[in-house]
Amino acid sequence: MTLFLDLNHSVGDFNLALKFQVPNGVSALFGRSGAGKTTLVNAVAGLITPQKGRIEIAGRAVFDAGRGLNIPPHQRGIGYVFQDPRLFPHMSVQRNLNYGRRPARSFEIDANLIVDILGLEKLLDRRPDTLSGGEKQRVAIARALLSNPDLLLLDEPLAALDRARKLEILSYLERLRDELRLPMLYVSHSVPELARLATDIVVMDAGKLVACGPASDLLSDPSLVPQLGLAAAGASVLARLTAQSEDGLSTLNTSAGQLFLPRIEAPLGSRVRVRILAQDVMISVQKPEQISALNILPCHIISLRPGDGPGMIVELNSGNDRLLARITARSAKRLCLQPDLACYAIVKTLSIRPAEVAI
Amino acid sequence: MPLFGLAPTEWQAVQLSLLVAFWASLLSLPLAVLVAYALARWQFWGRQLLNICVHLPLILPPVVTGYVLLLVFGQTAPVGRFLNDTFGIVLAFRWTGAVLAAAVMAFPLMMRAIRLAIEAVDPKLEQAATTLGAGPIRVFLTITVPMMAPGLVAGVVLAFAKAMGEFGATITFVANIPGQTQTLPSAIYAFLQVPGGDASAVRLLVLSVFISVLALALSEWMARRVVHGTGQ
Repeated sequence: MTLFLDLNHSVGDFNLALKFQVPNGVSALFGRSGAGKTTLVNAVAGLITPQKGRIEIAGRAVFDAGRGLNIPPHQRGIGYVFQDPRLFPHMSVQRNLNYGRRPARSFEIDANLIVDILGLEKLLDRRPDTLSGGEKQRVAIARALLSNPDLLLLDEPLAALDRARKLEILSYLERLRDELRLPMLYVSHSVPELARLATDIVVMDAGKLVACGPASDLLSDPSLVPQLGLAAAGASVLARLTAQSEDGLSTLNTSAGQLFLPRIEAPLGSRVRVRILAQDVMISVQKPEQISALNILPCHIISLRPGDGPGMIVELNSGNDRLLARITARSAKRLCLQPDLACYAIVKTLSIRPAEVAI
Repeated sequence: MPLFGLAPTEWQAVQLSLLVAFWASLLSLPLAVLVAYALARWQFWGRQLLNICVHLPLILPPVVTGYVLLLVFGQTAPVGRFLNDTFGIVLAFRWTGAVLAAAVMAFPLMMRAIRLAIEAVDPKLEQAATTLGAGPIRVFLTITVPMMAPGLVAGVVLAFAKAMGEFGATITFVANIPGQTQTLPSAIYAFLQVPGGDASAVRLLVLSVFISVLALALSEWMARRVVHGTGQ
């Protein structure tokens, strides 16, 4: 267990009261602005002192109001990547990186590997004010990593970056997750980011816990659609890359059948997670023959969930994976959709964007 | 021929003023940093009172400040007698007293400059340093001090200039004894009181302009070096 948390903290009218624990891996803290995510992360870091509760990092109690225990931030063994990079302007990149270096606690972090993963070799002698936004944030991530934390906290580290920089840093973070196996608590309100990075998700709203569990379950849980947002609703499918075609498509095998996607740059045999948005999935009760869409997966309907507007979410079972489809209530009625009905999910190949594929 | 054509008493006054200004700025620096940090960063009972107290020398007539010093640190006053009996330190009518008077008068100026500099340091950077494993002292020395360095230099130069020119409190507390407590401004004043003293007064005037310009130029140079060194 990486993080255990039982908190009660009030600021003015806002009350943060929740209890959860998450295992090793990348745990994402998800919620709207004002849900209390930053307050929670600051409490974990020790930058604020909660009124009540207990916090354990990697099995070590760092805060316990009942026992009067409150370990100061610099002794908590955490690394913190803030929304803004917060580099020290009077030091070079190299000195910024060295600032927090300390002896390994749980595992040794190789400085050269981190500089390599985050692509910082050419920046070491530069001053922070000469770096671009993406470069600054990469230095901030490396600086936090080099302090050898037991847990890395990231508070919307990509919020201030444009789309291209986001994708770039996301792929760096994926390498950190896979190559260093460093536990992370990652704050975000972007579902595509979570879908790529998170192994577990904690959903919170107005200071309270809404759900907590493995990412693959929660991200395709139709009951969480109000929290995740309709446009981001969808499901993640596990697949294996089996072929690259000359026409620019990649073929993947899933538990339900073959998927064709725009070319994915990865070795054959790689395990890939593909997020398929509910709004990109159509349902047909007969197998469509003369149709341009390439991906047609046989499914069973698990449940139908009407929404407030004209749309509804249909939860589908496709092999071992789950899919969500967002269709109109009128279509559902016309096709007489009901639980256990066998049908086909149709996904346009080009509707899957690179950001929704995690390798 | 004496240096710059100065008579021994005139030269002594210049030396004494430089000595007094040096010690006054150096000794008040640590306290000024502490008070500035407390006023800029901490919330505590009596904060406004402390703020008013340290500003008093700036607002009160210098003669009043000098008289208060005499009432507290004079040879028959409680604190003055305690210092004399315990440590053998005598302040009133000595050059050490001139240092105290100059330090007290210069303190608010120095403290204000440093406080502004501390307020300009982003606490978020200090937070970042703590999450990187730095304790409070290391954060202060490696983040806060380098980032407020230009303000620190400005505060010290301002205090030095004020101490060089301090007149009212000094003459009230330590009088105007040539060779002992006669600083540059008191010497100019004394020469103006006697017939034929004009020439000496003018020589000292020119010299004090020269010292002030030199100090200003030095501080500009240092500030630029510090700014360059901190990359701001």
